[in-house]
Amino acid sequence: MTMTLTPVLSRIWDQPQSWTLPVYERNEGYQGLRAALQKAPGDVTQMVKDSELRGRGGAGFATGMKWGFIPQGGDKPVYLVVNADESEPGTCKDIPLMMANPHELLEGIVIASYAIRASHAFISVRGEVVHVLRRLQAAVAEAYEAGYAGKDILGSGFDLEIIVHAGAGAYICGEETALLDSLEGRRGQPRLRPPFPAIAGLYASPTVINNVESIASVPSILRHGADWFRAMGTDARDDVADKDKPRFRSKGMTLFSLSGHVNRPGQYEAPMGITLRELLDLSGGVRTGHQLKFWTPGGSSTPILTAEHLDVPMSYEGIVGAGSMLGTKALQIFDETTCVVRAVLRWTEFYAHESCGKCTPCREGTFWLVQILRRLEQGQGDTEDFEKLEDICDTILGRSFCALGDGATSPITSSLEYFKDEYLAHFEHGGCPFDPAAATLFQPSAAQGAGGRTR
Amino acid sequence: MSQHTSRPTGFDSATLTRLQADAAEIVARYPQARSALLPLLHLVQSEEGYVSPHGIEFCADLLDLTAAEVAGVVTFYTQYKRRPNGEYTVGVCTNTLCAIMGGDQIFATLKDHLGVGHDETTDDGTITLEHLECNAACDYAPVVMVNWEFFDNQTPESATALVDGLRSGDLPTPTRGASLCTFKQVSRVLAGFYDGRADEGPAAGPATLAGLEIYREQQEAEREGRHSVRKSPTTEKDGDA
Repeated sequence: MTMTLTPVLSRIWDQPQSWTLPVYERNEGYQGLRAALQKAPGDVTQMVKDSELRGRGGAGFATGMKWGFIPQGGDKPVYLVVNADESEPGTCKDIPLMMANPHELLEGIVIASYAIRASHAFISVRGEVVHVLRRLQAAVAEAYEAGYAGKDILGSGFDLEIIVHAGAGAYICGEETALLDSLEGRRGQPRLRPPFPAIAGLYASPTVINNVESIASVPSILRHGADWFRAMGTDARDDVADKDKPRFRSKGMTLFSLSGHVNRPGQYEAPMGITLRELLDLSGGVRTGHQLKFWTPGGSSTPILTAEHLDVPMSYEGIVGAGSMLGTKALQIFDETTCVVRAVLRWTEFYAHESCGKCTPCREGTFWLVQILRRLEQGQGDTEDFEKLEDICDTILGRSFCALGDGATSPITSSLEYFKDEYLAHFEHGGCPFDPAAATLFQPSAAQGAGGRTR
Repeated sequence: MSQHTSRPTGFDSATLTRLQADAAEIVARYPQARSALLPLLHLVQSEEGYVSPHGIEFCADLLDLTAAEVAGVVTFYTQYKRRPNGEYTVGVCTNTLCAIMGGDQIFATLKDHLGVGHDETTDDGTITLEHLECNAACDYAPVVMVNWEFFDNQTPESATALVDGLRSGDLPTPTRGASLCTFKQVSRVLAGFYDGRADEGPAAGPATLAGLEIYREQQEAEREGRHSVRKSPTTEKDGDA
């Protein structure tokens, strides 16, 4: 049986004016909110727990459980912060979602805020996507006008203020506690945990921080039920000891973002557990005339995989079983024209540039990783450099203040695992043996006889 | 608003009055005033085309912070400019995927064509060229951003035509987004002042819709399949007749 796609979040993206309230309302818009307001807040949280929805921003933490950590009945206000700072290299799902249908997110925000009894919700969107910001600003105004936000929402007595907040360019602000500092008007640097944001988050008040796609998935759960959502996805892996525990399953539909050397890059909404082979079969495969060389399952911070992993189920557990992480489901596909050393160097330069400077292993470590990788790429390294790279990665991984440092080591250690020969080829060749032109989108086509590599 | 407005901000009184009114609106959005700092910096940037020492003083004064505290925030974020910016920021994504798909060649071409390097502005003040990190449009690689609007699937040739259009005033249209406005105008939107242009541009580009289109084709094929199975005897009869 062919794997089917399951457009839920993306279901109205091809309709004219899909970003406007009337179009959303004609397509079950805010029906989930109406259903939620008929329930007690705790029951909404329970429903999200029952759906087994897990965070779509990378870590995969159970969304309902996160909401359940918020202490209720205290005298501090509760906040919801939506992490819309999408900037993990390869990740490109939240931005198109908010561009095409910001109301799906807003409905999720009101439902989530009701469930955790938040008084304010913030959408912290990166500043480098101004049109998405406009669509959010306009949608929030529409929602207030229609009574889906503001005072006494749909006559329920529930009040919520929604604030759209633009960042100013810093990858680290995708880290949830750095995001909070940024939202408080400070340099975006991560905070020490504990205390966790659920206890002391924004303004030291209980705060839930969720990814855009996680929150946007909530209205469909309220509309169709937890069982409907849980019917999609994977079951517990047999080799996991406590397979009855929900956290060992990956449920629901999600956006897989295919990019790079493929014939039809784009957003593919499918059940958790689809394989890359199935997705490539559906979408027209790797760039014609070329073969898959390596790929990332969930952005540059997830260890690279190769063609041997084409049949690994893309679920949280499946990808972990293959030695990587599902991350943001950002499938960056590279064919045999790509130099892995060049790719890894560029990612490493990115992490060095974006390291916030708070902790020494990451700040200093990423700097030295760049120096060594540059030397290797230029063919001036030697095999001792491999040990040095691994030693520095070992110092960063698990010893840096936040996950940025850990992520920086992923491309290096995984590429050394699968492609050490290619590093060595740089020594032998005295530089990079690849022709960068062959990897470009606009390389002369093979049909014209001009695209062949001369080396 | 802070009582000690003694420090000179360098803005003339009409400008200062206008900025203070905008600033009050920004501060009022947040439960705590300091949260207004990032949008306030976008606001002063919308006035001067960069965050000047005056802009820093203005924000510091307003939020009861020291200029050093504000400057510490400014230097952390790449969208705040320390020197007057060009009218258009042209950012070429050179993170791994875009670089490999051609971003490196595009950047090199523009650098050559414009005669400026990263974070430098052309003599006519039109264009500031930048290397960008991933801008969340990898399915449209290689990507160029102009004042934070998407120009998808670029080539060295299309990017050259793009910057030529910016310099001649024949403004190119973003692939996904609203028609271009200036760096100062965009900064005002980033400060949270909606410019009424959300309805410009498409909902999505072709890559965004790739999966949905395949799904619709599958549904269509399934319908036709069921249709033909059910109707096949009739069709045969029709054929006989």
